[in-house]
Amino acid sequence: MAAAAFYDLEGTLVSTNLIHTLGFYARNQPGLMRSFRMSAATLLSLPMFALTDQYSRKVFNDLYFKRYKGVSEDRLRYLADDLFEKILKPAVFPGTYELLEKSRSLGLRQVVVTGALNVSVKPLMEHLGITEYVANQLEFVNGVATGRLLPPVMAAATKASWIRVYAEREGLSLSDSYAYTDSMSDLPMLSIVGHPAAINPDMRLRQTALHHDWPVLNLK
Amino acid sequence: MALQLRRKTDESVVYIDRDSAPRILASGMDFILEDLPVGTRVIYPNPPIKGLANREAAIRYALNHPHGCDPLFAQLEPGMRVTIAVDDISMPIPPMKTPDIRQTALEILLDMLHGHGVDDIHIIIAISLHRKMTPAEMKRMVGQRIWDDFYPDRYYNHDAEDTNNLVLIGETKHKEPLRMNRRAAESDLLIYLNFNFVPMNGGHKSVGVGLCDYESLRAHHNPNTIRASHSYMDPAGSELARVIGRVGKIADEHLNVFHIETTVNNYIFGSEMGFLTKNEDDFSAFDRMKYEGMRFAMGKLPRPAKCAMYNSLKSSYEMIACHAGKTDPVHDRIIAKSMDQYVIPIQGQADILICPVPDMSPYSINSILNPLLVQVMALGYHFNMYRGKPLLKEGGALILHHPCTDEFDHDFHPSYIEFFNRLLPETRDANALRDKYEQEFANNPSYVEMYRRGNAYHGSHPFFMWYWGESGRQHAGHIIAAGAENAHVPAIMGWERADNLTEAISMARGYMGNSAQITMLHQPVIAIADME
Repeated sequence: MAAAAFYDLEGTLVSTNLIHTLGFYARNQPGLMRSFRMSAATLLSLPMFALTDQYSRKVFNDLYFKRYKGVSEDRLRYLADDLFEKILKPAVFPGTYELLEKSRSLGLRQVVVTGALNVSVKPLMEHLGITEYVANQLEFVNGVATGRLLPPVMAAATKASWIRVYAEREGLSLSDSYAYTDSMSDLPMLSIVGHPAAINPDMRLRQTALHHDWPVLNLK
Repeated sequence: MALQLRRKTDESVVYIDRDSAPRILASGMDFILEDLPVGTRVIYPNPPIKGLANREAAIRYALNHPHGCDPLFAQLEPGMRVTIAVDDISMPIPPMKTPDIRQTALEILLDMLHGHGVDDIHIIIAISLHRKMTPAEMKRMVGQRIWDDFYPDRYYNHDAEDTNNLVLIGETKHKEPLRMNRRAAESDLLIYLNFNFVPMNGGHKSVGVGLCDYESLRAHHNPNTIRASHSYMDPAGSELARVIGRVGKIADEHLNVFHIETTVNNYIFGSEMGFLTKNEDDFSAFDRMKYEGMRFAMGKLPRPAKCAMYNSLKSSYEMIACHAGKTDPVHDRIIAKSMDQYVIPIQGQADILICPVPDMSPYSINSILNPLLVQVMALGYHFNMYRGKPLLKEGGALILHHPCTDEFDHDFHPSYIEFFNRLLPETRDANALRDKYEQEFANNPSYVEMYRRGNAYHGSHPFFMWYWGESGRQHAGHIIAAGAENAHVPAIMGWERADNLTEAISMARGYMGNSAQITMLHQPVIAIADME
């Protein structure tokens, strides 16, 4: 039976996280004052982001994506290539290419399941040769972001649910599949496959991985 | 009776008498005292052969007087491309006090190479599918000067998964391929610097195994080759050595290889801890005091501290021979010297063989001895330390003494954990494991990455460890784990369990009879039983 390798993206295959992306967009707003205002707001929000991320990924997402309110869809698309070249491409871990290559050579489908924005990750997915991915989508009204996400919001248990549905639809065996992530919030995703592994894990995930005897990888 | 029991066939063979002292059993990280039944034969290591007084001179002499080829200096040309491959940290056990023989030999080699205008030099640690050595270990092995000059660009670990840097050299007529390190293969001269610790090491195994990839290795690292080896510690009776010899000959045909082999005596602990290899009947009061002091200290330490202290032990081995030149003549001479040190003539097989297992293994340096490694030391290494026929009768009882703690090193042995917990409960059949799971583990992307970027043994390595114990497993009628702190590890391994040695001997006598001949390998020991 066919199987897949499911990857989280940020912190797992690349060293950046959602804040790097937001910071880039903030710095590149039309107009100096607007860029300054949004950058300052992002900076001031960092402690709150850190706290809420520890508490709940859903609350974090609600607060985090509000920062995109008022940003035009055109602007996000326009900056996506720049974001990839300047931020994301240099942040790809050296081991990422090897891991994907080895995984492909086994005939595993390569699927990225990320909480990042789909518009931001598209060039990176093309660079990594990944055609199957799911990411979060901002809601736009008249071409302007509302600061809310369209469902399903890719985070924590939702990622696991999405993988289950996807595997059933595509006829994939989850017990033969692999999953990789760096964050404890993705524990559900690791729990539903036969070959879970932690990549560059945070402290909590590292302890959990060791407790369950899961491999702990360092792609740096 | 007592006089008969005291008869000596060799200085290293001692029979337990009514007034014999209790024996020290090295079990895990502990050294415990046990009274053995009267008549038990205890095998100690041979006294160390005197080390070479000037090992630098011996190495230089070997380079200038090689066997089967021109001296090294005569083979050098300015501007040529040279690769020096060296054995990894798995030998010797424990790692030796600095300077390591490899450091001494490398310093001499590099001086000679530089003196002849050779600057394109790489030093590759021939790890095969072993774990990559850490930077600290690499530095310790070669010393500050070489480290500063070569690390990291020109001093590094072989990578058996770096497909771009592997090249197919050829295939034997038995379809055994040799794919090996590209830099080594494409050099004008490949110098292999070997540390021959047990007779299984060195020879064609150095290049043919140390620098190869998984597909090349699995051609000979399999259960059938091991079953046909009697034993793999005796090159003359080893099917493994024969197959690797075929593979190694391909390397010799296609590459310009200059072998340097060294071997050491068995002066493992120096004078401070030398009592551990001594006949307890000959202990002085000072020896007893040192032993009691060590036992008290180790007994009080928490496990992590004990582990750290145990891993800090360094050996005092001394070089007793160095030869250089073509593979076979060099290896034959080194094996002969090694056998001089290790061979002990033994009369008669044992019905019951006691193998205490200390936490010392080629695969657990700076780590812990997990259950699979306990298995490989007892049923693999110790069982195979014979020439002619096994020390243990076929169908006899093998008692291994170890706590069998269910603990694995997540960084060094990640695939061992899955092998132990997922595969062994399903089957212990080595061929079934090889056919069904070996390639899955070998190609598991997580294990491949942990081997390449971390310090993990290759995903396939636990399989080889299981095959390594195959002869002992097939030969012994009963395997009893004495002193095991839990029931599930022996159960998963397919062993019986006993709380202590006395109980284990009673169980073994139940199978083999009360008059069963009992033999104990006094650990730590490297000895080849030459069976008559």
